[in-house]
Formats: sequence, C-alpha cells, structure tokens
Amino acid sequence: MQTVFSIAVDALAYGMVLFVISIGLSVTMGLMRVVNLAHGAFAMIGGYVASYAARDLGLGYAAAVLLAVAGTVLIAIPIERLLYRRVYGAPELTQVLMTIGITFCIIGIANFVFGPTLKTIPLPDTLRGSVDLGFRSIATHRIFAIICGLVVAAALWFLIEKTAFGIKLRAAVDNAAMAAALGVRTEIVYAVSFAVAIGLAALGGVVGAELLPVEPYYALRYMVTFLVVVSVGGAGSIPGALLACLLLGAIDTTGRYLAPEYGEFFFYLAVIVIVILFPRGLAGRFK
Amino acid sequence: MAASTTQTLAAGAPARRNITGSLIGIAAIIVIGIIGYYLFPNNLALLTRIIATALLVLSIDLVTGYCGVATLGHAALFGAGAYAAGIASAHYGISDPLLMTLVGALAGAVAGLVSGLIILRAHGLPQLVLSIAVIHLFHEAANKASSWTGGSDGLSGIAPTALLGLFEFDLWGRTAYIYGLALLLIVFVLLQLLVRSPFGMLARGVREDPLRISAMGASVQSVLLRMYVISGVVAGIGGALSAMSTQVVGLDSLSFTLSAESLVMLVLGGTGSLYGALVGTVSFMWFEDVVSAANPFHWLTMVGALLIAVVLFAPRGLYGTAAALVQRLKGGRA
Repeated sequence: MQTVFSIAVDALAYGMVLFVISIGLSVTMGLMRVVNLAHGAFAMIGGYVASYAARDLGLGYAAAVLLAVAGTVLIAIPIERLLYRRVYGAPELTQVLMTIGITFCIIGIANFVFGPTLKTIPLPDTLRGSVDLGFRSIATHRIFAIICGLVVAAALWFLIEKTAFGIKLRAAVDNAAMAAALGVRTEIVYAVSFAVAIGLAALGGVVGAELLPVEPYYALRYMVTFLVVVSVGGAGSIPGALLACLLLGAIDTTGRYLAPEYGEFFFYLAVIVIVILFPRGLAGRFK
Repeated sequence: MAASTTQTLAAGAPARRNITGSLIGIAAIIVIGIIGYYLFPNNLALLTRIIATALLVLSIDLVTGYCGVATLGHAALFGAGAYAAGIASAHYGISDPLLMTLVGALAGAVAGLVSGLIILRAHGLPQLVLSIAVIHLFHEAANKASSWTGGSDGLSGIAPTALLGLFEFDLWGRTAYIYGLALLLIVFVLLQLLVRSPFGMLARGVREDPLRISAMGASVQSVLLRMYVISGVVAGIGGALSAMSTQVVGLDSLSFTLSAESLVMLVLGGTGSLYGALVGTVSFMWFEDVVSAANPFHWLTMVGALLIAVVLFAPRGLYGTAAALVQRLKGGRA
C-alpha cells in the first residue's frame, strides 16, 4: 500500500512536470508544424538561470523563477528570429537537424559557462518539508509541482478557449492561410505562442529540477521524453498532452519502482504500442 | 531535392556514362583507401572505424535518402550486426571473419525487418518517435541481457581467426583495414547496381509521391520494408566489421547518439547519393578526431554550429553542392 501510494504521488508529480515543459512544445508543434528538438534545451536554460540567480545572486525562489522565465524567453527570441523562422514549412528532416544543431550548441555553451556539474536550485523552507495527511506524508515539493501543473493547464485552457487571442490561435492552428486572409496577424500569434511555450519550458525546468536534475546533458537526455509526450498526446491538444503525461509518467515511475533493472524498457515499449494504436496521438490534430 | 534532380539526370543519361562514372568512383575509393593506409599507418583503427560507420551511413541513405523515411534509430541495425558477430565469436566459437560478417549481415537484416515493421506503421513525427523508441528498446534489451552481451561492461572475448586462413588480425589493424576496404567496395558496387535497378527507381518514386506509386499498382509498404531489410544487411556488415576490428562491442553501438550522429554525417555529405554518404562520413569523423582531441564539449558546440550551417547554407550537403556546382559549370560551357 505504501509503495502504491508513493508511486502514485511520484507519478503524478513527474507527469505534471512533464506536462508543464512539453505543453509548450505541443502548442508550437501543432501551430507552426516545427519539430522542435531544442525545447528541452530551453527548459535547461531556465534551470541554469534559476540556479545562478538563487545560489550566486542570493535571490529568493519566486524571484529566481521569474528571472528564469524572463531570461529564457529573452535568449529564445533572437534564436527564433534568426534560425527557426527559416525552417518553418521545411521538411521534417531539415527541422530535426536544425533543432538538434541548436541543442548541441546550447549544451556545449552551457557546459563552457556553468561547468559539467549538477546544478541545484535551493528550495525555500516552505517547500522543503513534507505535509502530513494523517495517514501518509508527502514531500511538499511534489505537491507544489502538481499544483503548478494544474494551474498551467487551467490557465492555458482559459487562454485558448475563452479569450480573443485563443480564438486567433485556434484559427491559425486549423488553417493559417485562411486566418491570415481574415485579418489575424499570424506573425504575432506565432511569436507570442513561441514566447509562452519557451516561458513554460523554463518554468517546468525550474519547478521540475528536483525530479529532472539540471546538468549539461539535460537537453539531450529528456529531449526524447518531451517529443514522445507530444507525439503520444497529439500535437496541439492540451487534454491529449495532459493525458499522455499522466499515462507516461505513471508507466515510467511504476517501471522505475518495480523493475529498475529494466531501465526505460517498459516506457519505450508502451510508447511503441500507443503510437501504433493511435498514430495521430491520443487526441491529435497533427495531419 | 535538387540532388535528386541531378540523380535523375544522371540516370537518364546514356548507360555507358553511368558505368564510367561508377568506375571513377570505385577507383577514387581505392586510391583514397591506399593513400589513407600509407599516410596514417599508426591510425588504421580510426580508418577502420570510419569504414564501419560509412557502411552504417550508406544504410541510412538507403531508407532516408532514397525512400524518404526519417529515422533517428538506425544504429539498432548496426548494433544488432555488431552484437550478433560478437556473440557468435565469444559464445559459439564462430570466429571465421567471413562467417562473422555473414552472421552480422543476417542479424542486421532481421533487425531491419523488425524495426521496419514498427517504424513504417506511422508517418511524420510519430514515425520519428517510433524510431527513437526502437533504438532505446534495443539499447535497454542489450543492457538487460548482460549474460549474452556483457551489459554496460561491453562484450569482450571476440577473437576472429586469420582471414581466409592466411591473414591474422594484427595489432596494427592492417588486416581489419584492408578487409573493411574490400567489404566497403563490394557493398558500394552492389548498392550502385541496386539504386539504378527498377527497384531502386521504385524506391525513389515512393519518396517523391507514395500515393502515385500505389495508384500505379505497386505496394509502397512492401518496397519500404524490403529496402529496410537491405539496409539492415549493409548496417549489419558495418557492425560486424567494427566488432572484428575493435574486438569489443559496447552499448554505444546501440545508442541514440550514434543514430543521430550518423544521420548528421549523411546530411553533411548529402542525402540521396551514395557518394554523399561516404563524403559525409569521412569529413565528419576526420573533423571529430581533430576537434574532440582538444575538448569534447567544444566538439559538441562545433557539431551544432556545423549542422545549423549545413541546413542554412548547403541543404544538399557537401557532395550535393559540389555536384550541382560541377553541373552548372558544365552547363555553362555547353
């Protein structure tokens, strides 16, 4: 029972962190049709900035999170302007190569600037302990991660379903040319959603640093996981991504607890089964 | 895409010119091979590694360049060949180099069939994800079956006997290098014939327009699957060669990194052309050897920058760009 409960909590927290990071990827992939393998690298930048702010500048956790999100978006904008813009609408192979190239560069530079060691982001006291539920206690940080995921999901749902911007975004996803003809400035929609996506990646990188430790190979190690989540969930779908994160988080965590010697064998087996059963993702719009 | 235009033009030209072109290419490989042998007598192990990787890159070219299937999991075929050849030698005492190569090719074909069956179920992004999942699955399976594969310690105890009973695999790797060069030549000639055969044309047709091919009455799926098995044979031979020359097989031969790097080599050289695959492999691995000796992390930054540069400025790769340039010069003269 104890094991089942801790697996459930860890799986939920892990799934939520995955969700916060990969929902941005899902939206940009559904919207701009860019296979962005460098998304994890932006999450990593967020983690590095937060770690630098909290440990070297001595800022508080909240300030570090804000700085990380803002800093990562600032770094990402010129990259989008100069590099991504050129591969919109290009064949997948081209996009994959470009974004792997960007990932490699970011890894190399991060390692040069911050060194190869693991970076920690010190938690504030309020998140450090554990919460007693009467029959079990849960690490506060896990609860925080889960709440973050829920808040992000709710905010995105509101943004996309209830606001004018959301209507333009959905129109551009469905048919960019028609949306542009009707007066939606798709350029701005693209830029804003790219910035939001990167900001969320950075947020996820910071919040999830306890579960996915920040180090130079972070971008490469989890790149596949994020891509898998989007593919399983279906690009451009929030409920799909949420479902995929919870499902894959549960499979991965259960596998780690019960059969650690198999590594990620069951995770990838499940991915193959799901992708073959649902080639368009669990709730996909991707052609 | 323009590389393919050049290809189509070449295919449309008189057959004799084709043969002359192939002979020049083969002669170039032999000459470069011999120059390498005398120029770097102490570095033959690296040259053999380049040849083994070139076989892997050729194999990727068959499915990516000729059939248009984007894959990030092709090292599975290479690793299957390497492990099969290694296990045959270390556990079953099959240590004849030719037999080991055969075992590697067979294992590569089986791995090609299995991963082809999985990867070809989807298109686009899901296909990419499936290929990544396949390579990780192979990797974890090899890691778990450590009594067979040696797990993370690597498989050792591979001792190939003398080639044809005459040439021992010596410390300097001369035999391994010359054997590898011979294998590469044979494979290259056969692949030249393959890509010009009606089957090769059909494969190219699948890349350009699968719908039209199926409307013509050919089965797209079967073309792709057959190509996957053939590319498995090629990659398996490469794996067996690397197992014989280094006499150890590590988990890195089944890694995502190897898959991604070999795809990069292919794109650097130019997809859809066998020469492109060779040019890409040699230039990438030579560059890697020079730069990574200095600092492995700068190496990563450099590869990244290189990739971005290729995508932006030479989307046809080194060979494709050069070939287009030559074509234009010729056109200007005519």
